[in-house]
Amino acid sequence: MQNQRTETPLLETRGLTKIFGSLRACDGIDLAIAPGEIHALLGENGAGKSTLVKMLFGVLDPSAGEILWKGKPVRIGSPGEARATGVGMVFQHFSLFEALTVAENIALALDGKVAIDRISEEARRLSLEYGLPLDPSAHVADLSVGERQRIEIVRSLLQNPELIILDEPTSVLTPQEADKLFETLAKLKAEGRSVLYISHRLEEVQRICDRATVLRHGKVTGACDPRQETPSSLARMMVGGEVAEISGAGLGEPGEVLVEVRKLSAPARTPFAVALRDVDLTVRAGEVIAIAGVAGNGQSELFDVLSGEVTVSDADSLRIADVPAGRLGITARRLMGCSFVPEERHGHAAVPNMNLSGNLVLSRYASDREAFLTGGWLGLISSGPVAAATKRISAAMDVRKSLEDPPAGSLSGGNLQKFIVGRELDRQPRVLVVNQPTWGVDAGAASRIRQALVDLAKSGSAVIVISQDLDEVFEIASSISVINEGQLSKPEPASGMTRERIGLLMGGFHDGTGHGTETAEAAHAN
Amino acid sequence: MRIELQKRPTPSALYAVLSPFIALGLTLIAGAIMFTILGKNPLDALYSFFIEPLTEVWSIHELTVKAAPLILIAVGLSVCYRSNNWNIGAEGQFIVGGILGSLVPILLPGFQNWLTLPLMLVLGMAGGAAWGAIPAFLKTRFNTNEILVSLMLVYTAQLFLDWLARGVLRDPNGNNFPGSIRFPSAAQLPEIMPSQGSAHYGILLAIIAAVIIWFMLRFTLNGFQVRVLGANPRAGRFAGFSQTRMTFFAFLLSGGLAGLAGIAEVSGAIGQLRETISPGYGFTAIIVAFLGRLSPLGAIAAGFMLALTYLGGEAAQMTLGVSDKVGRVFQGLLLFFVLGCDTLINYQVRLVLRKAAPAAGGQG
Repeated sequence: MQNQRTETPLLETRGLTKIFGSLRACDGIDLAIAPGEIHALLGENGAGKSTLVKMLFGVLDPSAGEILWKGKPVRIGSPGEARATGVGMVFQHFSLFEALTVAENIALALDGKVAIDRISEEARRLSLEYGLPLDPSAHVADLSVGERQRIEIVRSLLQNPELIILDEPTSVLTPQEADKLFETLAKLKAEGRSVLYISHRLEEVQRICDRATVLRHGKVTGACDPRQETPSSLARMMVGGEVAEISGAGLGEPGEVLVEVRKLSAPARTPFAVALRDVDLTVRAGEVIAIAGVAGNGQSELFDVLSGEVTVSDADSLRIADVPAGRLGITARRLMGCSFVPEERHGHAAVPNMNLSGNLVLSRYASDREAFLTGGWLGLISSGPVAAATKRISAAMDVRKSLEDPPAGSLSGGNLQKFIVGRELDRQPRVLVVNQPTWGVDAGAASRIRQALVDLAKSGSAVIVISQDLDEVFEIASSISVINEGQLSKPEPASGMTRERIGLLMGGFHDGTGHGTETAEAAHAN
Repeated sequence: MRIELQKRPTPSALYAVLSPFIALGLTLIAGAIMFTILGKNPLDALYSFFIEPLTEVWSIHELTVKAAPLILIAVGLSVCYRSNNWNIGAEGQFIVGGILGSLVPILLPGFQNWLTLPLMLVLGMAGGAAWGAIPAFLKTRFNTNEILVSLMLVYTAQLFLDWLARGVLRDPNGNNFPGSIRFPSAAQLPEIMPSQGSAHYGILLAIIAAVIIWFMLRFTLNGFQVRVLGANPRAGRFAGFSQTRMTFFAFLLSGGLAGLAGIAEVSGAIGQLRETISPGYGFTAIIVAFLGRLSPLGAIAAGFMLALTYLGGEAAQMTLGVSDKVGRVFQGLLLFFVLGCDTLINYQVRLVLRKAAPAAGGQG
């Protein structure tokens, strides 16, 4: 704490502790956020970041310790009180109504009655001022994840907070969108507001944060100026050891074609969805193909079509191991050896209020019928083998949990994601399709998941990774393709790809040259 | 100032268990207030409403007669509601089940052997299931609202029964009174202990059904589907479960059980097809399902509880001289408090005083 300022911190915690049963989720946290500072909160999933932030925002009551606001002890009993105090929060999981417009969503979060026109006006003004382009009359369902996040930011800015808490804000953004966000943060800082910035992206933290507090297992393990540190020294504080480098080396020569997509088109199913147009893609055994792209360009539609949650009329446009599969449902495709990991953990890949063993049955009851079901037509779920498999997967993926078989929703994002990926890897699929495998996942878990995907390809399976995280794409892919407005660029070997070229393809320049100077610059900046 | 519901971060597990009992207690308190306003001694009134019916053997038999259809219907509805299908029309399915099953003794009075009763029960189930299939079909095919369709089909069924009982199925020797011939004994669901009271084997059917469905929900893949699709349709689609199949399954099952309850009522408790065969069992069973926490075993206990409100209503009419509609009032109170308690487990009430206007300015 070399640059300790003499002024009182805007927000300070002393010995803040939260105990759940026997678990000390936060254990005597001391934290001080100075006015006009961007303060990073670093830590693995399960380190206690969310618990800490929830106490600061009045969602949870501390078990011990105190919170000081401008030097005076305060009790923050609810999010409303937090807002009244001057704390704003942008959550990792957005709370927006898709069917309503931007302005209506903002209005819902405000106390008192305000004419919707005034909100629109105010939102428009704020969004321009802070470089967060947003159309107040647009329907949320039409917007990309990045734009949805802007709504949340504008919504909290309307309350005129002195401290804004951002939870993993860039995990869903493109490099360009992230740059925009950083400009916004710089502007907030220049106005004298403070930002508590939760992230696991070390480069970002180094780039924009003035100070950092690192948590591990509920305790502060470091307080530093991130610019004085290296990414690996930060990572050490977080993980408590060196983060394993992913070794993509050793991906052998690609083998037989396992997935072949030819001229696949799918109309948009809702007014808010993206149509897929003439998608071509060939994936061979032993390959990891990454599909990069900005959120909302047809990634989830592509995933749905590949998984069979949505079928296409032309069976031949998708062949799995040379069998026409376009019209087969997800169960039939699983029986052909495919596995799928969708983007959304809660409510798509897993049922949050069901325990892990139930969530294992969810995607494996058909492929592992013999192991998991007995009683013939009765279809009894055999709890013994299911529990054993749950245990096996948890051990293989290092899923950390407080109970033997907890509800999926009680796990932290990274741990649940490890379980969900592990659930599919456990059956050694021939083809694995995964959408945003590590979004909102901490560094340790992300590296484990990525390594597992590469290892699967090494063992001779075909892996398709849809991801917005370019670091991830470069780390694991053997070939890279970019999706833009429902169209897929021709996959190219990862070794020949540059960030600049991906940036251009994301921007719709399909020849990868184009005059997108702004895009190119932003891509350079990374 | 306004009232806000705020989600509790961690709902209390203790209160989740206690909730039905708290609701029961509140119902009794509200009932006492109501009797006081009616000018009756509340303790006496509650005694004659809730306790007296349990003091005599014959009225305990009556209790099982009323509980049987409630439990049968509520067990089916539990599955239906858990799978996120909202069948409000069990009353109609009950009636159609009663009609279809009754056709055997009415149209084939000579067909009297050990097959008669099973055939009637199967036809009753088929009738209820068929009536339930209508909203399921319309929902899955045309995306109609199953709440409205199933509810409206209740009135269709009621009027159809009324027409049959006064018209084509009327007993020709019945002095023009509405109602069919009285069923021969081979077509009547027998009483369990005829010397003591009127309880018939319907209650046994109800308890068997509850246990089977409980087992299904708890241990089988089919039950797993119900829970997944009810909690999370998208995750269900990811699992490869069909929403359409589930809608049909839920409606056919709940309709079939309601139909079984209908024919059990007609052949067990009534003994002939009349122009009305149900004092609203199909609707009361909705309360039973929720009071039983959408669990088939819970429905057994809740079924007896609600059966008591029917008996209590009659008792209140006789001993207190108040309308038997009091029973309906208690049913309504109970549902109100059950839903209220369940809501308050998950949410807390906050009074919000007008606060400083936010940045966007807030007058008006």
